[in-house]
Amino acid sequence: MAKLKDRVIDAGLKSYAWLESRLGLIKPMWDAASHPTPANNASWLYVFGSAATVLLMLQVVTGVLLALVYSPSASEAWGSLNLLNHNIALGWYLRALHGWGSDFMIAIVILHMVQVFLFGAYKFPRELTWIVGVLLLLMTLGMAFTGQVMRFDQDAYWGLGIGASISSRVPVIGAPLVHLVLGGPIIGAATLSRFFTLHVFVIPGLLLASVGVHIFMVLKHGVSDWPMPGRIVTKATYEREYHELTVKTGIPFVPDAAWKDAVFAAAILFAVMACAFFFGPFGPGGQPDPTIIQTAPKPDFAFLWIYAVLAFLPPSIETPIMLVAPVVGIAFLLLLPIFSAEGERHWARRPVAVLMVSVIAVSLGIFTHLGTYTPWSPVMGAWTADAVPVKYLHDRTPLERQGAMVLQNKQCRNCHSLAGAGGQRGPALDAIAARMTEDQIIRQVLQGGGNMPAYGNALNPAETKALVAFLVTLRGHDLAPALDASRTLANASQMPPSVSPNPAQPATH
Amino acid sequence: MSEFLAHPGESETANASPEVKAAAHSRRTFLFKISLLLNAAVGAVMAVPLAGYLLGPTMKRSTGIGAWITIGSVDDFPVGETRLVDFKSPAARLGDGETAKVACWVRHISAQQFQVFAINCAHLGCPVRWFAQSKLFMCPCHGGAYYEDGSRASGPPERGLFEYQYKLVGNSLTIHAGGMPTLATQASCSEKAKPLIQIQEASNPAGTEAS
Repeated sequence: MAKLKDRVIDAGLKSYAWLESRLGLIKPMWDAASHPTPANNASWLYVFGSAATVLLMLQVVTGVLLALVYSPSASEAWGSLNLLNHNIALGWYLRALHGWGSDFMIAIVILHMVQVFLFGAYKFPRELTWIVGVLLLLMTLGMAFTGQVMRFDQDAYWGLGIGASISSRVPVIGAPLVHLVLGGPIIGAATLSRFFTLHVFVIPGLLLASVGVHIFMVLKHGVSDWPMPGRIVTKATYEREYHELTVKTGIPFVPDAAWKDAVFAAAILFAVMACAFFFGPFGPGGQPDPTIIQTAPKPDFAFLWIYAVLAFLPPSIETPIMLVAPVVGIAFLLLLPIFSAEGERHWARRPVAVLMVSVIAVSLGIFTHLGTYTPWSPVMGAWTADAVPVKYLHDRTPLERQGAMVLQNKQCRNCHSLAGAGGQRGPALDAIAARMTEDQIIRQVLQGGGNMPAYGNALNPAETKALVAFLVTLRGHDLAPALDASRTLANASQMPPSVSPNPAQPATH
Repeated sequence: MSEFLAHPGESETANASPEVKAAAHSRRTFLFKISLLLNAAVGAVMAVPLAGYLLGPTMKRSTGIGAWITIGSVDDFPVGETRLVDFKSPAARLGDGETAKVACWVRHISAQQFQVFAINCAHLGCPVRWFAQSKLFMCPCHGGAYYEDGSRASGPPERGLFEYQYKLVGNSLTIHAGGMPTLATQASCSEKAKPLIQIQEASNPAGTEAS
């Protein structure tokens, strides 16, 4: 029996020796995996990069499987997604895995970047690793945007329109650029085909190659050591210090440090599976028919903040900001390690870095939150769906009630809310008469201004009269009505002298 | 990287022995350099048509795209109303499916006078909706609003709605439809009358801001 066991082991070793003598890759790969790394970086905060790589693998596998069924044709894509959702066994689950995998990948890549930034790990000698990492982030976002186009529904269609409209703002080459992006003069078959090519061939190829380079450089320079306040990075000494630290405290990356990476990657994969199973796939939404205009297009979660920013930029500076800000932002990220290659790494000694991360995180959070409920958009159905609250109709004259009808019928509610219902583009009208006098309301309604269209052409005098009569009754919880101080004075000066005692006037008797 | 040989004939030969220098200028090295040049030339010749293919869509002038098409009879559009009309884009190609369809807003002003607006908001191209009661076009994306004549009313757009050229052929309304209108591309063949980008103030006389 023992003899048989020995022979089996012997055969196994021989097979390995044969394979390795021909292949020559197994030992170098094992050596790379088990390279010594400073013990202080075997941390739960050093697991994001490997998790992002694992998610990339998941995206490749699920993407290939989806491509078995998906039809990248403008006339069939939407139908093939519904086929996947409803007719192909587990098609919905594959779509859900791919969609949630993409959201998780963006989140993990950003976490990875924030961790590397706050730990100063982009400094010498890892500058190029960071630069390639920035390109990886851009490619990840590129995959997310092109992936949203693959879900060829209304949001994808109008999202392409937004992309084309932004491209058109580039000076001089705007028109050719639009046609290059769309593959022709309209959004159609050529557009979907080129975004499919980007999503399936071009970006994934670059992404996988760049991940290879990124990981190669991580192995070449070693995983950065845990930063300590006061331990300064200088180009003259850092590599020697890192080497000494590795010799003194080094542990093999596999398995001593990598088990945390593996556990975290498994947890993330499990989370993706759970989200996919419980929440299902994203869309597709309405069919990509541009003549169906009852739609409020919105980008995917990762781009909501951009959608929100575009609602707030004033027209005169919108194009410059749209075109310059991304270039400046990306250039800043790319050049960061060149200009900040040495010095403190610990976050406690880099208040500007911490402040930047906080401000950017809060800003992105606020804009994303705004993007989820778009307070700048008119609520197209509010004028028919949200009735005037009954409390605003009590004890009103017929004229005032007629005014409430005008308010509804002229779509005022699409932008103005009453009792919390209606659009948020303009101010709520519940207490409008406490802020504006009757004259001011008339002027505002007829002439517009302050981002409100003029309604002079859409209201006849009777409608205006009724509308204003209703609006001046809206004073919140019985707030005092707005007063025009000049009117009081004007009235006062018209009063007869006997009623208004004037000290300058001499007594008559 | 030191285990890799440097390019023959490059660097590293500076303080090498004469034999090594001579070897770097051998016939083989010369032939290798020639072969590099040959490949660069072939690559360039190869690249021109590839780039031409890739950039093909950009070569056509946007003003030269499209055709005159009939979108309905004049009787379909009551005077004083603004109606939505669908047509098939003359720029449509094989496989476009329903994306070949285009919608436009037709405003019939008086007997012979029309305005035909592209559906795309001048801000970022979303589809605007017409509200007859308040005589406004409203955009669902970022809240752009336009008056009934297409001029800018409020919101982020920097100009009014894009318009199609139209003509009346007998009793039918014909428009010249081209590509998707943006700030750089025309909805219609243009007479170059107006620049596409024109930062407009909201076209109402109100100067003061209330509320």
